[in-house]
Amino acid sequence: MTMPYYVAPEQVMKDRAEYAQKGIARGRSLVATTYDLGIAIVADNPSRSLHKISEIYDRIAFAGVGKYNEFDQLRVSGIRHADTKGYAYSREDVEARSLANLYAQYLGQVFTHEMKPLEVEILVAELGTELRPPQLYHIAYEGTITDEDRYAVLGGETEAIAQRLDEEWASGWSLTDALRSAVGALAGPDRTLRGQDLEVAILAEGNGRRAFRRLVNGELDDLLG
Amino acid sequence: MTLPLFSTTDDPGPDFAGLIRRLKVPTPAMSAGAAPGEASGSDRFRHGTTVAALRFADGVVMAGDRRATEGHAIAHRSMEKVFPADRYSAVAIAGAAGPAVEMVRLFQTQLEHYEKVEGVVLSLEGKANQLSQMVREHLPMAMQGLAVVPLFAGYDLTRGTGRIFTYDVTGGHFEETEYNATGSGGRDARTTIKLGYRVGMARDEAVELSIEALYEAADEDSATGGPDLIRGIYPLVATVTAEGFLAVPEDEVAERFAALIERRRAEGRQP
Repeated sequence: MTMPYYVAPEQVMKDRAEYAQKGIARGRSLVATTYDLGIAIVADNPSRSLHKISEIYDRIAFAGVGKYNEFDQLRVSGIRHADTKGYAYSREDVEARSLANLYAQYLGQVFTHEMKPLEVEILVAELGTELRPPQLYHIAYEGTITDEDRYAVLGGETEAIAQRLDEEWASGWSLTDALRSAVGALAGPDRTLRGQDLEVAILAEGNGRRAFRRLVNGELDDLLG
Repeated sequence: MTLPLFSTTDDPGPDFAGLIRRLKVPTPAMSAGAAPGEASGSDRFRHGTTVAALRFADGVVMAGDRRATEGHAIAHRSMEKVFPADRYSAVAIAGAAGPAVEMVRLFQTQLEHYEKVEGVVLSLEGKANQLSQMVREHLPMAMQGLAVVPLFAGYDLTRGTGRIFTYDVTGGHFEETEYNATGSGGRDARTTIKLGYRVGMARDEAVELSIEALYEAADEDSATGGPDLIRGIYPLVATVTAEGFLAVPEDEVAERFAALIERRRAEGRQP
């Protein structure tokens, strides 16, 4: 009888983390930032139908990078969770924090117990109210959750993008400034990204009950100037 | 609550009603058959009464009175019976108020859920069919006296026109070319619209006619509430056009009622 050979748990985790990081770094990145009237999410995504950003609930948006089928499954389960909760309790009882925790638990569970970790990084964004600031929950492939109230960067080369964005970020800046800086940070010094290369959506006051809105081609080009 | 995840072979897709059945969240249809025997007498539960819809040049107008009754008693004076189903459609209800309002809530969630999961809006025909299924599932309760009869209307973005659908308790749905009304005062409302209706009416004329229809229904039917000038409660009127669902402001409804009565007095008719 052969003995199953021993692999140190540190090694297992390290291999899995490397695997997931590689998968995520292959894809394009995404930036979310707060601005004076809400939250803007900008993804480097030329597709018009395979979305990286989408609506979860009245004031909550979802964004994901990495493997499309994996984060799309998470997106749909988030919509199901939010709609079920809103139906069983009330619309105001649906909040991003509990959803972000569920995502974190699930990603953590898969990372430690399954053969293959999910190759995704996701963002749950919630528009603020008079009582609390907007929140950006950033959840990594292994279930680490961080909350930001300024900006979040997901995907590959996050450090370089975050650094570029940090230099320009200003509290209470306008949508135009926020979008231009976010697009500049995503593109880097060697590329230019135009409206057709991007998927942009905002969560903003003034859109009625459902605060989520996509900025479509013409509108986006006007804002980017 | 946990994250609702399903295997790919077992996925409920964009169907919200199917999802909550799976998650064992109680829905109005699930309680069907639970009531022992026949519900005796309509004085035990609330009834909503008259709602009407008519097409005009830019879309549809939908209107509903505000009264809910329990038998011969007035149970509620400011009930809402006209709801936005989503951005481009409206649903109005008549019948047992409790299950009807629940059905509307489920329907609204269902449409939004589909839109978010699929990333596209359901066609108007698709929405009408969805509502039909909900009414059909409710049939056992309808047989026990708790009938819900909705009226569905919306703006069809692909055809560029307003459309109206009526239902019966079996879930059968029928498209109306011009107008319809349902509920206990529906007959009077329908007749009033019939007398004043013209194809391609302007928005103001259509709103006016819907108000007149509810006024006549309230005049003839004890279960339909008329304009309540003392409390300042007026029927709900809404339009659905290319701009979406828009409630007619209460002030406008109040003014139109006042004008209607003035005009009739001036013409020497009974107000």
